[in-house]
Amino acid sequence: MRRLTGFLIALGAGTSLQAASVQLTLELPRIEVSEYHRPYVAVWIEREDRSVAANLALWYQGKEGKDAQSGKTEPGSKWLSDLRQWWRRSGRDQVLPLDGVSGATRPAGQHQLVFAGDKPPLATLAPGSYKLMIEVAREVGGREVVSVPFSWPPSAPEHLDAQGSHEIGAVRLDLDP
Amino acid sequence: MKHLMRLAALACAATVPLSAAAHKMFLLPSTTVLSQGSDAWITVDAAVSNDLFYFNHFPLALDHLAITGPDGKPVAAENKHTGKWRSSFDVHLTRPGTYRIAIVNDGLFASYVDAKGEKKRWRGTADKLGEIPADAKELRISQSQGTLNTYVTLGKPNDTALKPSGHGLELAPVTAPNDLYAGEPARFRFLLDGKPARDLKVSVVAGGTRYRNAQDEIVATTDANGEFSITWPAAGMYWLSASLDKQPATIAKASERRLGYVATFEVLPQ
Repeated sequence: MRRLTGFLIALGAGTSLQAASVQLTLELPRIEVSEYHRPYVAVWIEREDRSVAANLALWYQGKEGKDAQSGKTEPGSKWLSDLRQWWRRSGRDQVLPLDGVSGATRPAGQHQLVFAGDKPPLATLAPGSYKLMIEVAREVGGREVVSVPFSWPPSAPEHLDAQGSHEIGAVRLDLDP
Repeated sequence: MKHLMRLAALACAATVPLSAAAHKMFLLPSTTVLSQGSDAWITVDAAVSNDLFYFNHFPLALDHLAITGPDGKPVAAENKHTGKWRSSFDVHLTRPGTYRIAIVNDGLFASYVDAKGEKKRWRGTADKLGEIPADAKELRISQSQGTLNTYVTLGKPNDTALKPSGHGLELAPVTAPNDLYAGEPARFRFLLDGKPARDLKVSVVAGGTRYRNAQDEIVATTDANGEFSITWPAAGMYWLSASLDKQPATIAKASERRLGYVATFEVLPQ
């Protein structure tokens, strides 16, 4: 009976998670420089001990790239360790590409990412305090990390704002129970 | 004159400097944390300088270069070159993990008075001790063990290349040597012949000394466990050194042993 109750509670928690969703709006600022390369971007959820609970997005050049000046080709993964914190916390432990997470680099502008609470990776996210981490590194440009603390699962609709200063623009995190 | 200076540089390389004020020997890797899996290379400079990390005194000899791969096996350096101010070489990182790049010196110094009553000096290794005349008087032999190190990691770090040999003065990282970040503490352990080296003075100096007016040396002392910790004040390349003298020699004819450990660490931004 006790086991059955536990099962029912777990099931109940599962159903409440099913409806939850996370929407992230991330702005990559337009930067006026003579040599602009689209930045490498990592988005992940960090636990309180700074370990990685989930990778949400990784935008980088997956294919080999040809250098315009030297004509030399190099794999785009060579520069992934410039996403220093992500590389340290998660990247170096992964086999790339990350299924459903890796994607091509994106242009300047607003980008929306939506994650359903009943699908990976959020479906297995244990209740607790987390930080949404965004790290951006741009070739011959700068690097910036922005974090947004949040609690999971949300009990009421929540809207959280953060702002980067150079490589990251406005960040908006919407949590729906 | 040139010969004499070269000899001096070699002697310097074998003894390891004792303080932050002395000439500093260093290995300077082009990068220490790599993500490229298929064809990763680094290049390393090796020099003796007054300033960190600039080439203004002597190139380091690469004769005793020893690179250990993540599997514990030796890795050959490529494109070795010795110029006026520095030596350099490339390392092809063919498998993921942590590499130790080291110049390992284990030599003997002797001073004696020969049959004609002249004072002589000799430098060599244990198997060449026969070069000292049998009738040498006032013979004094000292042993010198020193290593110059740096570490690089391709992909996920591992510690196979960092396993202490149990000989000489060694650093056994508690914090992985390529997991160093500004504002975070790192913990290391020093071993003397495999046992904790307690009360050892450790000196740490950040690179870029040419552009500031003080060495800004950070000094730590090892505890009973041979351990010390350092909180890196900023990102950059750091030079760490420790030395011991008047230790019992491990070669019968030597009366004492001097030991040194030097390493270059890269500290990354948060």
